[in-house]
This record gives sequence, structure tokens and C-alpha cells, in this order.
Amino acid sequence: MIERGTRRPGAGQPSGPMGRWGPMSGFGMPVEKPKNVRGTTGRLLGYFKPMRYQLLAVLIAAVFGTLFNVIGPKILGLATTRLFEGILAKSHGTGAVDFGYIARILLIVVGLYAVSALFLYFQQYLMAGVAQNTVYAMRKKVEEKFERLPLKFYDSRTHGEILSRAVNDMDSISSTLQQNLTQLITSIVTVVGVIVLMLTISPLLTVVVALTLPVSLFITATIAKRSQTFFRRQQMSLGQLNGHVEEMYTGHKIVKAFGHEGQAVAEFKEFNDQYYQAGWRAQFATGIIMPIMNFVGNVGYVFVAVIGGIMVTQRAIAIGDVQAFIQYSRQFSQPIMQLSSIANTIQLTLASAERVFELLDEEEEAPDTADARTIAEPRGAVQFDHVKFSSKSDVPLIEDLSIDVDPGQTIAIVGPTGAGKTTLVNLLMRFYDVNGGAIRVDGIDIRELERGSLRRMFGMVLQDTWLFTGTIRDNIAYGRDDATAEDVVRAAKAAQADHFIRTLPDSYDTVLTEQATNLSQGQKQLLTIARAFLADPAILILDEATSSVDTRTEVLIQEAMAHLMRGRTSFVIAHRLSTIRNADSILVMHHGSIVEQGSHKELLSKNGFYAELYNSQFSGRVLEEAAA
Amino acid sequence: MLRLLRFLAPYRPTLALVLVLAFLQSLANLSLPRLMADIVDVGVVKGDSSYIFRTGGVMLLIAFAGTACAVTASFFSAKIAIGFGRIIREKIFTHVENFSLHEFDTFGTASLITRTTNDPTQIQQVLTMIFNMTITAPMMVIGGVILALTQDATLTWVLVAVMPAVAALFLVIMRKAIPLYQVIQVKIDKLNLILDEALGGVRVIRAFDRGAHEHRRFDVANLDLTDTSIKVNRIMAFMMPGMMLTLNFTSVAILWFGSIRVNQGDMPIGSLIAFLQYATFILWSVLMMTVMFVMLPRAAASATRINEVLDVTPEINDPAQPQSPGVQRGFVQFDGVTFSYPGAEEPALCDVSFSAEPGEVTAIIGGTGSGKSTLVNLIPRFYDVDKGRILVNGVDVREMLQADLRSKIGFVPQRAVLFSGVIADNIRYGKGDASEAELQHAADVAQATEFVAAMSDGLGSVIAQGGINLSGGQKQRLSIARALVKKPEIYVFDDSFSALDFATDAKVRAALKGETTGATVFIVSQRVGTIMDADRIIVLDEGRVVGIGKHRDLLDSCTVYREIVESQISLREAA
Repeated sequence: MIERGTRRPGAGQPSGPMGRWGPMSGFGMPVEKPKNVRGTTGRLLGYFKPMRYQLLAVLIAAVFGTLFNVIGPKILGLATTRLFEGILAKSHGTGAVDFGYIARILLIVVGLYAVSALFLYFQQYLMAGVAQNTVYAMRKKVEEKFERLPLKFYDSRTHGEILSRAVNDMDSISSTLQQNLTQLITSIVTVVGVIVLMLTISPLLTVVVALTLPVSLFITATIAKRSQTFFRRQQMSLGQLNGHVEEMYTGHKIVKAFGHEGQAVAEFKEFNDQYYQAGWRAQFATGIIMPIMNFVGNVGYVFVAVIGGIMVTQRAIAIGDVQAFIQYSRQFSQPIMQLSSIANTIQLTLASAERVFELLDEEEEAPDTADARTIAEPRGAVQFDHVKFSSKSDVPLIEDLSIDVDPGQTIAIVGPTGAGKTTLVNLLMRFYDVNGGAIRVDGIDIRELERGSLRRMFGMVLQDTWLFTGTIRDNIAYGRDDATAEDVVRAAKAAQADHFIRTLPDSYDTVLTEQATNLSQGQKQLLTIARAFLADPAILILDEATSSVDTRTEVLIQEAMAHLMRGRTSFVIAHRLSTIRNADSILVMHHGSIVEQGSHKELLSKNGFYAELYNSQFSGRVLEEAAA
Repeated sequence: MLRLLRFLAPYRPTLALVLVLAFLQSLANLSLPRLMADIVDVGVVKGDSSYIFRTGGVMLLIAFAGTACAVTASFFSAKIAIGFGRIIREKIFTHVENFSLHEFDTFGTASLITRTTNDPTQIQQVLTMIFNMTITAPMMVIGGVILALTQDATLTWVLVAVMPAVAALFLVIMRKAIPLYQVIQVKIDKLNLILDEALGGVRVIRAFDRGAHEHRRFDVANLDLTDTSIKVNRIMAFMMPGMMLTLNFTSVAILWFGSIRVNQGDMPIGSLIAFLQYATFILWSVLMMTVMFVMLPRAAASATRINEVLDVTPEINDPAQPQSPGVQRGFVQFDGVTFSYPGAEEPALCDVSFSAEPGEVTAIIGGTGSGKSTLVNLIPRFYDVDKGRILVNGVDVREMLQADLRSKIGFVPQRAVLFSGVIADNIRYGKGDASEAELQHAADVAQATEFVAAMSDGLGSVIAQGGINLSGGQKQRLSIARALVKKPEIYVFDDSFSALDFATDAKVRAALKGETTGATVFIVSQRVGTIMDADRIIVLDEGRVVGIGKHRDLLDSCTVYREIVESQISLREAA
């Protein structure tokens, strides 16, 4: 398993039951703004196209569901009015309460509410399918994109960065589509519906209620603006605090060894205090938005009660209308607050979508040409013909390399650690294209070959032993879909891995855990050798470095590699004298570029970098003493 | 969860104040419909507009007072919630800093980081949620019911009947949904894992031309996640319509039964209108309280994780009566030392005895898992031995102050750990008051000068967190410099040349020789070349000493040693 420099991005809080429940969650937090709102929105909506009819149904259901719900109080008011009139008449002895009418009204309202609930349920039910299937399609698209991206892309970014777009951003899109989109519709319909219904009752009272709107918006905006500073400071100090904890814990041994515990705690307290200072202010700023909005709402309520009361005494409106108005004025502020928080979320989501689209727009590897060739029976002849290659920083790594490798020959690559052996892998496998010259396999320029067919000719056994979670059998059979159980065992035997595999609890069915921690580094390497055996490639790329492998496994690996190399063209990142001396040609690398090339004898007589390296690494004294 | 609340002690008076304020606020909110009822029953019915205005004025005052209470409560509750987080964090961090390596490893670094950063934040968030949304809920329910009773006792029964219905509806849906949300999290992790592996193994996947296979693997997981997400969201689709239906039907029921009561002259019509509002208040509050029951388990899980950390008693402590360090310098003696990692079946070290003196280099070599690192980790008392004893300058390490013991040791670990900050500060970590010249000298010896000079700001260059802007070899050299600047009596190099190439390795060791002449040096290594010149080589095999001596003697006398040498330089090709 390759080492991962970055920790996995926080897999994201579950967009769980309470994820966005609080009406004020995230209020006043600084919001990341999308760069191109219109373009991104359009593109995101494009993903809904296959489901436009369902979406239309969702829309209709949302509109009707909300309308039927909003109309309720007005009709209920009729019942109260009739009751009031009845009571008044009764007190004057001129009549009685018309319970038949009230019952009819109430039944109608019950019906309306029931239908409304049905519509709203239907809307959410449908939206689940629409939202999740859309996200499914987007995720699929991103994953497929990964395959077409050139290696250059992966080498210039951390996994965390890429994963965060494919996972966290996608997650935020998912929950917005699921929750906020329908909320947006219902909130708008509610606001419009409530205003219209209030107008039909009393334009004057409507103006009173509507006046609270700009007041609350103004207050929210003012507070939100102030709280942003605190939130930013809070985020920053939380980052510092967490960073400090991470560092001190990762370096716990060093902190102890150097007796720095006290200092670590002192620094922690300082960060913790900074976080507290910013944190409670941010919290307070958010915390008062609700009460203040509530106050504005209450003022509106009092005005409705007083003005409405006066109007009733003057017979300008009915008592039931006042009751309806009070309910409406309460229903009015909630969707408005919701709308402003949805606006924030949507901005965030668009920013996420933008990042995902950026990924989807990355330049892709040039596809195989239509007349790309395959080699049915590769012999393994490799030719470097005046190859030039430079890295992204324009440092020439290979200036003019020419070698002819006959089938079955071994090329050793030597150099100090980290001398850029991946460059060679990159070029041979055509992960990167050469800048000049050509690489040919069996006489064919690799750019004319189908990528898949080219790569299948190669086998890699590198120190970064890539294993995936799954059984050992699956890992070995990775190179060949049609491998039988016997094939796998045969390959494992050839790789000297059969024995240790059988000592594992479930033998070949042992499941490798995430980091494959249940195997030692050496055992992992044996598995990758077995994998190469099974794939049976014509050309090998091997890495002999075995720094963290114990002596006994090391011997097994040596034998297995020697066995594997038999009859195959091999490029070996060599650390062993025997490999180097017996190689047909040696490439000497330094600082990532090839500085010398030739056989062992030729290079020694050159007395250049190789000779110096050879003498320091395999100093004669060790050999003498070992021989003694 | 409850046990953690003891840390709220300093906030007890503030908390009481917040509760009182919340109560007043609830009272204010509830009295508005009550006064509104008076407007209808007294003002409207009698046509008394001045009464209506007066009552309106009182309502405004009450609304204002209620808001003032809420804002003040919010001020204090913000301080309590965030302050509580601060206290818990500090308790955990301070406690963990006292952990020995064993206690530290039982949790693991990643887990401890989460427990110190994420878990307190989680609790802090729930606490703010409670303060902002649910603290007034029980008071609203109780106050609301009392007020409703004063208006009309019979009608109150309608409310009381609906309250459990609201809670039950919520809980039933959540009970079905929450396990599914957990499943979703697992499935998201699974999807992450597949992507993560695909990114890590991009070369292998392409080398084996297995793109299609990876697509299938991803698609299965993607589809699986999608299906579960749809399922849970369809369950959640019941929530809002269900709640609204309950609330709305309650209004209808109140109107119907209320009309009958009003007709019989048992209650005035204004009270009926007030009642409708109480119903909304009360049922909304019941919902909020129920929400709290869903939030609490999340906080409780965090609290449990935090308590697990706080409950650990560090097992390595300073002695009550520490021995004063003697006049000796740099004498280290292992006397029949046996050590097992807790829970391990086999001891990691068994009956190890040797002694080392100033000016001597002691090397430790052996296969993976043979106990090399364990041995040197015992010298700074990162762990306590099971049997036998370790003497430093004639004193048992368990009878010294840890700070005293460790101040004598310059420790260079296997995995070089640097801290974010400038290079100079990292070297100075070994000696707080080191001069510029001392830093320079340490860097020279550790062969770090060349690459440090090549960096933009030399010793003032910034190291990113985790030292990601340095290579493994560069980090090791800085970590060597950090130990050197301390000028300790005892050096411990725990396989700390492994990331250096052979040439640099040789240079560092040559330079070290001049630096460590008067000190006692321990070197752990897998490379024979690194340790050949040692005064004493200890060969370990499965925790036992299988050979002690010089290189030449061991080649003759020790099979394990010879095997190691042979595996690194084949005898045949040497011959």
C-alpha cells in the first residue's frame, strides 16, 4: 500500500437526521461564493434533465401542498367569525350558533390539510429519487473522469485535494438537492401565498405585517455581517488549535524525550483561549438573531392585535380574520428566515459544484488513435531512441537517451535514493509522453500502441506495494480476470508466498484490511511478485529496495525476483551488487536525471559518478571482512 | 455525559441565571396570547378602544422585556457552551501530555486527536443547540399547559392528548431513519476507500489495464449508497407532512370543541383564539424536546470517548522521593531486563544485560520485531520494565525524575518528527537557549547545512506541518541536529540513518564521532555498514540477546549476525 502523505479529508459529518435541522444553523457564517453563478447553476440543472418529468411532478406537488396548507387559517377564520356572530346574536337573543356551518367549514379544512400533507409527502418522496439519482450520475461521471486524466494530474495534487472534491463537495451537493431545493419552492410559495391571502383579508394589516420584513432583514444582515468576523476568527483559531494538537500528538515521543510537555500545554492553553474568545462572540452573535427576529415578529403581532381589534369594533373586518392574520403573521417570518439561510447554502453548494465541474473539465489524456495497434505476442525488445524528457519545471530529466534492449536482457538503474526512478516507469508505461525521440517496443513506437495493450506487456514490482482491500486471492489475481484458483496458487508458489499465505487465518481468503496492516512489508512485496507472475508480462520493472524487510523474507524476495526475471526483459532499480554487475546495461541516475550509461566495467573505468557511488556503497572493506 | 457535566461547576451561578432568564422569556412569550385574548374578550366585545390600546402597550413592553431576557441569556449561554468546550479540551490535552507511550498507543494518535479536537466540539455544539433552541421548551410546555388550564381545563385535554402523539411520531420516524443514516456513513466510507485506493494505485490500475474493473467496483458501491439514501429520505418524507398534519388537526379539534365550550358560555371567544396559539407553542416545544433526545446520543458518544481518555491513570509517574543524580555521567546498565508490551503473549525483550560507558558506541542489530527499538525506548523510560532494572549513572531510572533522566538523553527517533515553525526553532527544541553558533554547528555535524543553505531563508526557513516540504533524509538530519545541540550525556539513534543514502550516512557518522567522544552512544540499525565500527554490537533475535561483541568476533561466533551480514552483502560475490 502506498504511503499517503495526507490524511483522509474528514469524511464529512453525516448529512444526518439533524444535519440542517436547526433553522439558524450556520447563520452569519462567512460563505464561500461561487465564481460563475449562472453557468454553474445551468450546468447543475442540466443533470436533472433525465428526470425532468419527476422534477415537474415534485414542483407541482410542492406548490399544491403548500397552497392547501396556507389557505387553511383563512377558512378556519370563517368558523370563528360565525361562532362570534352566533354568540353575539345569542346574547341579544336573536339567534344561535350555526354549528352545522362550523362543522362543514372544519370538515373542508380537515380535507384541505389532509390533501396538503399528501402532496407534501409525495413531493419529498419523489425528490429523494430525483436528488439521489442525480448525485449518483455525477459521482459516476467523476469516477469515470479519473480514468481519463493523465498521471500528470495525480502527480501534481494531493489525494486529499482530489478526494475532497469527489466526496465532500459531492456530499454537500447531495444534501442540498435533497433538502434545500424543495424548501426553496415551499418557502417561496408560502410567502407569496400568505401575502396574497392577507391582502384579501385586509390590505392595511398586510402593510403592518409586511413592514416587519425589511426590519428583520436589516437586523439579520447587520448582525450577520458582524458575526462573520468572529466566525472567521473562530475557524482560524480552531484550525490552529487542532493543528497544535495534531502536531503534539504525532510527536508525543519527541515531546516526552525532550521534556517539553509543559510548553506544549502552555501553547495549547493559549490557542484554546483564542478559540474561546472568538467562539463565544460568534456564538452570541448567532444566538441573538432568533430572539431579535422573534421580537420583530411579536411587535407585528401586537400591532395586528391592536389594529385588528379596533377594526373589529368598527366592523371593518371579522374577528375570524384577525385570528387568521395572527396565524399568518407567525407563518410569514419563518419561511423568510429559511429563505435567507437557503440562499447561503445554495451559494456554498454552487461553490462545491464549481469545484466538481473544474475537476470534470480537467484536460484529459489524448485518447488512443483509431488505428492504435496491439502486439499479440510481445517479445520484449525495448528501444530508447534519442529520448528527451523534462519535468513540469522544465528541468531536463533525460536529455538524449538511446539504448537497445534485447528480449530477456536486464537493465539496472542505480543512483542515490529518490533519484527519480518513477521517471522511467512513467515513460515506459506511457504515463507521460516523451518530449522528443521515441520509445519502441518490439519495433513499434509506444504512442502507436493501444495504451491498455502496452501496459499489459509490463509487470511492476515496486516498493510501493499497492494492494487493495479484498482477499489475498483477489489481490494476486488482479492482473488476470480469468485466473483459476490453481493459477493463483501456482503464482503464489512461484513467488515464495504460498507458505506464509497458508499460515494466515483464512489462507487465500484472508481479507486485507485498509492499510493491509495484517501483513509485513516484505509479505506485501511477495504478493505483488505473485501478482506479476500471474500476469505473465514480457517486460518487468522491479524495485529491489527492501529497507524495512527482515532478513529471512529478504532472501525469499531475492529468490522470487530472480525467478520472475528469468526470460523476461527487466528494468531493475538495483540495490544489490550482483544485479548491477550482471546487468546488460546500467543507467546511473542522479537528481532525477540519467547521468551515465554503460556496463559495470565501462562505468568503473570512466571513474565518474558511478564509480564514486560504487565505492562508497560497496566499500571494499566490508567485502573483505565478510569474506573472511 | 452526565459525568462530564462536573466540569460545568465554575459556571453554576451563570447557568442558574440563564435558566431564570429563559423562564422569564417563556413567560413573556406565553403572556402575549393571554393579553390578546383580553383585547378580544374585553376590548372588542365591549368596543373599548382605549382598553385595546393600553393592552397593546403592555404587550409591547412585555415583548421587549422578553427579548431583553433572551439576549442576555444568549450572552451567558454562549460563554457557558464555548467555555465548557474549552475546559474539556484543556483537561484532555493536559491529561494526554502525561501519558506514557503505552497509554498513548492504546488509543492511537488518530483517535486521540479526534477525542481532543472533534469530540469536545461536538459536545459544545449540542450544548449551544440546547441553549438556543430547547432550553425554553420544557418551560414553554409547563407554562403553556398551566395557562391553558386557567383558560379552559377541558380544552386543555385536547392538547395533552396530542403532545405524546407529536413526540411519538418523531421518535418512530427517527428510530427507523437513524440506523439507516449510520449505514449511509459506512457506505460513504466504503466509497471513499475505493476512490482513495484508486487514487493511490493509479499507476498499478493502469499498468494492469484494470480501469473497467475499478469502474464496476465503484459503481456497485455508488449504487448501494444511492439506494440507501433514497430509502432513508423516503422515510424522512413522512416527517414534515406528518408534523404539520398533527398540528393542523389539533387546531381544528380545538376550534370544534372550543366552539361548543364557547356556546355553552364556559369560555370567552378570545380565549379560544389564545388557545390556538398555545397549541402551536406547546407542540413546537414538545418537538424541540424530542429533537434533543436525538441530539443527545451523539453528544453522549463523544462524552464516552472523552471519559475513556480521562479515566486512564498514567502508569509512569515520578517517584515520591526522587534520588538525586550522582556525580557519574553517561553510565547505562541493563540488569536482567525483561519487558512485554501489555497484552502481548511473548516478551519483547527477555533477560537483557549489558552496560555501556561514556565514549563507547553500543550498536543494536536484529531482524524486524527483534526488539531493537524497544530496547532503546526503555532508556528514557518510555516504558517500565517488567523484570530487572535499568540504571543510569548508578540510579534506577524509576527512582529519578523523568525530566532529569530525559535531560541527559539526546533521542533521535526512527520516524523523524519535526514541528511546524522555522528550522532554527526545531533544532532549538533540544536546547531552548542555544546560540546561533551552536545551531550552525549542530546543523554542520548532521550534514544539514548544505540543504538548509539552499532553502530560501536558511535556518529561518519555515517547515510546514508534518515537515511535508522536506524529504525523509532531510528530516532525519534535522532531527539529529536537534539531539546534538542538547549536548547530552547519552545519545540514542533509533534507526535514524535509514532514510539517508549510504554516502550521507557515512558522512554523518564520521562527523558524529568527533561530537560524541565523551558521550555514551546507542545506535539501532538494520544496516551492517552503519554499525560495524561499534565498540559493542548487541545482536537481538526475538527479544533475546544472541550475541554481544565486536563485528569481527560476531562474524565468527554469531550465526544470526552472519546471516544478516550475508543478506546484505552476498558472500559469493565478495569472494
